[in-house]
Amino acid sequence: MLPDARTLRVVQRRRPGRWLATILVLALLALVIRAFALGQIEWSVVGEYMTAPVILAGLVNTLVMTVCAMALGLALGVLAAVMSMSPNPVMVGVAKFYIWFFRGTPLLLQLLLWFNLALIFPRLGIPGLFEARTVDVITPFVATWLGLGINQGAYTAEVVRSGILSVDRGQAEAAQAVGMTRIQAMFRIVLPQALRVIVPPVGNEVVSMVKLTSVASVIQFSEILRNAQTIYYANARVIELLIVAAAWYLAAVTVLSLFQAMLERRLARGVSTAGRPA
Amino acid sequence: MPMVAVRHLSKSFGAVKALTDVSLDVAKGEVVCLLGPSGSGKSTLLRCVNHLEKPDAGAVWLNGELIGYRREGDRLLELPDPQVARQRRRFGMVFQRFNLWPHRTALQNVMEGPLRVGRRPAREARERAEALLARVGLADKADAWPAQLSGGQQQRVGIARALAMEPEVMLFDEPTSALDPELVGEVLAVMRDLARSGITMMVVTHEVGFAREVADRVVFMDAGTVVEEGPAAQVLGQPRQARTRAFLSAVLA
Ligand SMILES: Nc1ncnc2c1ncn2[C@@H]1O[C@H](COP(=O)(O)OP(=O)(O)O)[C@@H](O)[C@H]1O
Ligand SMILES: [Mg+2]
Repeated sequence: MLPDARTLRVVQRRRPGRWLATILVLALLALVIRAFALGQIEWSVVGEYMTAPVILAGLVNTLVMTVCAMALGLALGVLAAVMSMSPNPVMVGVAKFYIWFFRGTPLLLQLLLWFNLALIFPRLGIPGLFEARTVDVITPFVATWLGLGINQGAYTAEVVRSGILSVDRGQAEAAQAVGMTRIQAMFRIVLPQALRVIVPPVGNEVVSMVKLTSVASVIQFSEILRNAQTIYYANARVIELLIVAAAWYLAAVTVLSLFQAMLERRLARGVSTAGRPA
Repeated sequence: MPMVAVRHLSKSFGAVKALTDVSLDVAKGEVVCLLGPSGSGKSTLLRCVNHLEKPDAGAVWLNGELIGYRREGDRLLELPDPQVARQRRRFGMVFQRFNLWPHRTALQNVMEGPLRVGRRPAREARERAEALLARVGLADKADAWPAQLSGGQQQRVGIARALAMEPEVMLFDEPTSALDPELVGEVLAVMRDLARSGITMMVVTHEVGFAREVADRVVFMDAGTVVEEGPAAQVLGQPRQARTRAFLSAVLA
């Protein structure tokens, strides 16, 4: 005989692990707070420099560089991905070499190479058309832009490639059947559908790029970290200024992550409504 | 001169011989149905006709124009992709799995070719696309997304899309095989109308009834070769080859 299910109640299981974890976390937190309160940190200095013009200028440079480097990275990534899937073996070779080289060497090394380009090529230009001294062209901004953008492109290429592969082959064939060239089919039919796969990882990479710009402090690009360093070289408030920089990176990353989550929700919505009958 | 002349086509995929020395003529206005078991090379043949697939040997002519190549003496030189694309506009192709572009509405699917490839003005492309959708009975679905349409409706949009480039030849690759049985009729009805309008058609199908009624000629393929061809009534009514008889009795069973 089964009991009457209507008379039965679900009782929450005891979870002693949670209580233990909570206590441990609270204890650790207390220790950390105590350490920071007793440590040699002038919190008033932190507050004072949060909105210092030099720091804000660094923030702007960081954000501008993130946008520029990601734009270059996306353009190169799409180009390299499309080339790597071309029927022309030379194109494939060039794309594969690009991806291999820039993923195979450290970013820091690439930045230093761009920054010191003048050592290899003292002058740049197209003979007869224009020419300039390399040191005038390759400013810290330009060197950082090339370094981060070209490096990013090699990673984005793989993301774009997997996006393209996620689109059914019949899509491009239908496009070619109405008379589109392979390139037209790629840009008008395949890539727009590949975005659903491409956007989430690229969103992640935008967030990483914000932090990656700090590497360019070694080639004198005045982003947040470099400007914070410039200040602490003068006033010796090292930890305070590092905390200021950390706070701004966290703020930028948090805002961008929120945007990314919104974008992903939008993309997902496009998919689910498309499947609903009219 | 035949509208479509297929001569000595061979095509292998690795060790698999999809086509072996296939020749076939299609006259202007003729409706040819291609029948044969799965894997017999019917799709490959259609895809070689509009050069979506590059044959290993042999060639295809449309109205005397070599497709996909330029001839120099006895050598065939591959044409660059833009020129092949230009030739492909002269064929309309309808796919087994529709292959509608899901990020475009029904109307946009039909307009895309004339707009981007034919470089027609937007107004004209839209009006023509609306007329074509009306012709396949979908005037009221112009703004629907492919995912909102039934399989039969999607395939009719697919037919309208292929017609939009005003092709000289229509290629159908099992246009009803992916459809629920109750949706087959609406697609066949549209194709019957097309056949009556006098357009040249090559149709891969398992619909023997449709072939008997609409086809001027039936071609039976097996293992990458043409086994038998002739008037529909003869090939379907009194097949000469044992393989054709076996296939027909299996399909009609
Ligand atoms: N892209 C391809 N790659 C490898 N094998 C293929 C490819 N396309 C077709 N084939 C093979 O070629 C043969 C003929 O295929 P197909 O032309 O699709 O036949 P059908 O349309 O008559 O079913 C089959 O054995 C199939 O597996
Ligand atoms: Mg097939």
